Amino acid sequence: MSYCPNTENEQREMLATIGISSVEGLFDAIPAALRATSFDLPEGMSEFETYDRMKELVAANTADTVNFIGGGFYDHIIPAAVDHLSGRAEFYTAYTPYQPECSQGTLQALFEYQTSICRLTGLDVSNASLYDGATACAEAAMMALRVTGRNRLLLDACVSPFSRQVLKTYLYNLDVEIIEIDPCDGALDRAKLTALLDDTVAGVLVQNPNFFGRVEDFTAISEEVHAKGALLIASVYPLSLGMLNSPGEMGVDIAIGDGQSLGNPLSFGGPSFGFIAAKKKFIRNMPGRIVGETVDKNGQRGYVLTLQAREQHIKRHKATSNICSNQGLCALRGLIFLSLMGKTGLEEMATLNFDKAQYAKALLSSISGVKVLPGATFNEFTLLLPKAAPPVVANLLKKGIAAGLPAGDYYNGLENGLIVTVTEKRSKSEIDMLAQALQEVL
Amino acid sequence: MELIYEKSVPGRKGVKLPASDVPTAKPLDPALRRNKAAELPEISELDAVRHFTNLSRRNFSVDTNFYPLGSCTMKYNAKVLENAAALFAPFHPATAILPGGEAFCQGSLGMLHDLGSLLAEITGMDEVTTQPLAGAHGEMTGILLVAAYHAAKGNKAKKRYVVVPDSSHGTNPASAAIAGYEIITIPTAPYGDMDLELFKAAMNDEVAAVMMTCPNTLGLFNPHIKEIADIAHSFDALMYYDGANLNAIMGKVKPGDVGFDVIHVNLHKTFGTPHGGGGPGSGPVGVKKSLIPFLPTPRIVKEGNGRFSIETARELSIGRTANFFGNFGVMAKAYAYIIMLGKAGLIQVSEQAVLNANYIKERLKKYYDLPYDMTCMHECVFSASKQAENGVHAIDIAKFLIDKGYHPPTVYFPLIVKEAIMIEPTETESKATMDAFIEVMIEAAQQAETDPGSFAAMPLTMPVTRLDETKAAREQNVCCAG
Amino acid sequence: MSYFFSKEHEWVKVSGTTGTVGISEHAAHELGDVTFVELPQVGKVVKQFGGLAAIESVKAASDIYAPVSGKVIAINETLENTPEVVNESAEESGWICVIEMSDPSEVEQLMTKEAYDAYLKGL
Repeated sequence: MSYCPNTENEQREMLATIGISSVEGLFDAIPAALRATSFDLPEGMSEFETYDRMKELVAANTADTVNFIGGGFYDHIIPAAVDHLSGRAEFYTAYTPYQPECSQGTLQALFEYQTSICRLTGLDVSNASLYDGATACAEAAMMALRVTGRNRLLLDACVSPFSRQVLKTYLYNLDVEIIEIDPCDGALDRAKLTALLDDTVAGVLVQNPNFFGRVEDFTAISEEVHAKGALLIASVYPLSLGMLNSPGEMGVDIAIGDGQSLGNPLSFGGPSFGFIAAKKKFIRNMPGRIVGETVDKNGQRGYVLTLQAREQHIKRHKATSNICSNQGLCALRGLIFLSLMGKTGLEEMATLNFDKAQYAKALLSSISGVKVLPGATFNEFTLLLPKAAPPVVANLLKKGIAAGLPAGDYYNGLENGLIVTVTEKRSKSEIDMLAQALQEVL
Repeated sequence: MELIYEKSVPGRKGVKLPASDVPTAKPLDPALRRNKAAELPEISELDAVRHFTNLSRRNFSVDTNFYPLGSCTMKYNAKVLENAAALFAPFHPATAILPGGEAFCQGSLGMLHDLGSLLAEITGMDEVTTQPLAGAHGEMTGILLVAAYHAAKGNKAKKRYVVVPDSSHGTNPASAAIAGYEIITIPTAPYGDMDLELFKAAMNDEVAAVMMTCPNTLGLFNPHIKEIADIAHSFDALMYYDGANLNAIMGKVKPGDVGFDVIHVNLHKTFGTPHGGGGPGSGPVGVKKSLIPFLPTPRIVKEGNGRFSIETARELSIGRTANFFGNFGVMAKAYAYIIMLGKAGLIQVSEQAVLNANYIKERLKKYYDLPYDMTCMHECVFSASKQAENGVHAIDIAKFLIDKGYHPPTVYFPLIVKEAIMIEPTETESKATMDAFIEVMIEAAQQAETDPGSFAAMPLTMPVTRLDETKAAREQNVCCAG
Repeated sequence: MSYFFSKEHEWVKVSGTTGTVGISEHAAHELGDVTFVELPQVGKVVKQFGGLAAIESVKAASDIYAPVSGKVIAINETLENTPEVVNESAEESGWICVIEMSDPSEVEQLMTKEAYDAYLKGL
């Protein structure tokens, strides 16, 4: 099967028009010495056999695990309308909206998406999406380097280790100094930040809630960072913004995050989308596509890709980013999700997460020998078990429970730490089952 | 059309959430909570369904219109791929990194590993990482691999430049710049390929890599590619293959055979996954043996017993380039596409894509200037320079096409062709569709002679006429106030 | 006071040891509707033909090079909010900045108005 419609007759007619006798003749420009000598692929099959093969593959996964894991990806409900509306072929099979008149659907949706991200983060401007939350951290860091013209970055090590690793990969070959601030009791070590912060620092990257689940107020930090002329970058979990202090309210300059929790399935890690929002004065340093409102020749409102002179197709090596394709469809899913949830629904959903996690936290930390890292949390928290976490997790996994991420994999000295996530999808009985099972294996 | 925010009615709800089965918790300290709820729309589910359904109808798409957007490979996206990818929706990626977790994800890990092997065979590479999230992300990953290769040889300070032809995609120089390199741009010769003599003159020991698209953005295959690679290698510069145009050469040429060391592949172009109005894409990167030690982590490995595992500790790796394992859902579609088409199907894809492009080229060259008149590969680049003499520019022809129900070809790219019109029909279009398109293109050329003044008002049939892009750029209204 | 032009289409109007700098009408026309001028900072020290500022239209972005060496002593702040002035009056009110010249003899490396017009015809 190759979805090539032209019959042999039609192909002959086309070849006659071109003036050659065989399709092979079209490849004459490629010297014989450069031609492939092998192409060792399996024979094709029908779509039905293909689907069966994919079902066999998926059957090799274990499907019925009860998830208490997060680490940047979260098991949330998705209203059915999200799939149906984002699956509209006119959205699904379009390209980047280069021709605005026949792409107003995508363009208006992205403008509405940008609006929803601005309102969620409390910031002024948003782009039309980035790849994921981790690459968004790297893009935000590079933005801070451009804005300030400085070359040092301070990273709170409570930021997701995955995001920090991606950021370091991006900046690996640039002349940039990255300093990580080790956590203090699962939170930003504020004294260390103060000691390191000076007027050579371009940006400070924090995360809320952080990788341990801890929720912090960064208002005072933003003042301190601004006093040195640096930018405060906060990676946030968008669903938590139904409850938590927004980046804008805390004085954050650039907010980023992963939009997976907004209507995108887990799908073994992607696709999701990254978002980035900032104060208006930084708009020219934003990476990626931006949709702007304008009018047509008749004065009618419409939308276009704007500020394209920042981008790679015009500015080439001087562009603010190399990004071209982003995650438009996933951002559309995010918009539809936020629109269906609405102002009160998002608050209710955040509260549901918070209540369930608080219940689980109290229950699990009441198990003999189990402690919990101090501080306020949203839907994730870190337990300190009486013994090393990895074998405990392995044991519980065999019982069908993904109990959490072992913190010691990412932080020295936290070998007993277990980062547990409880979303609205976990029932009280599942939480009770986790508590029971944990007690048994300890 | 109204914005969704303008349809909001205080108190209206679109979703009913499950009731809580746990006690209400003591609220967080007010300093940690937002003062004011985010002003999201308050609408019903039906409001949302009407809004987004009607919005979607304001788009052209492959499923509704011929979409010959050059360099973007807008082929038909088979529906079974969607069903196949949806099977994987419930799986949490972090399960795989838990102690003992790999055993729970053998299907997902196996798919990623096998996709890498298939892509390695198609491109002639030794190993493929599926982590990069789009083409440009693959480019950056590839150039970082180049940087790591030179650094490991102690040449980090010496290797300062990346060479690109002036016909390259803008992402090439942008990706190389992010990876820390300065750019040397080589002009295109009258024969349509990078000027070989100027290339030779530009090469030196400080060049880290040469980035080529082959066939290039003019749709031409560079017959000197092996010679270029040999010259690059003589200066210990690596050859980077931009796989954006891979759809032209499957089964015909393997980039790895002709001297390329690193390649990215756009799964959303060649391998039939939908573009989604600007993503998600997926940009796996293939490398030759010499670069395997530097590949990103986590790396998926097939053990001797046939089980798949994740390797995270690799001394020379450039590190992680994405959150987890890349755009898995996109890769599942591409994997299903490759196994469904198989060897013969993929060869047919390239042959028919090239046949279709040459057919359009042949039939339109009487009407439009063809700056490089030779056999093209999967796309052909015309110029509206003849029409421009009458004041009808490439953009005007694009708007004419919109009124006729066609998504326009890529215009004004590549930058080296004035008034460029870059047509890529892809293999999935029928002769009938192309014939109808050709007739409309001819009609546009004729109207450019007889009534050039008529173009300025086009398009006339869309929800909006031409938009004021200058106003948008000056006012920067990128978010609905309120 | 007289205008001198560079091959990169900048002009400088010399008055004593200061030079007012902008882009030529030809350059402004080629660029199309200007949407943004990235002005240099006052105090910036520039070398002749080195980077000075940048200018953007909807479809293009260009660097502006200093036609003479020296220190930037004034910038045209009106361009921050009304960049269209560059299109309306590239060689008068669309000026970009004033440079205190460190070597006034550098204008010898530039073209007179007549020479520049001839240069444009040859492009």
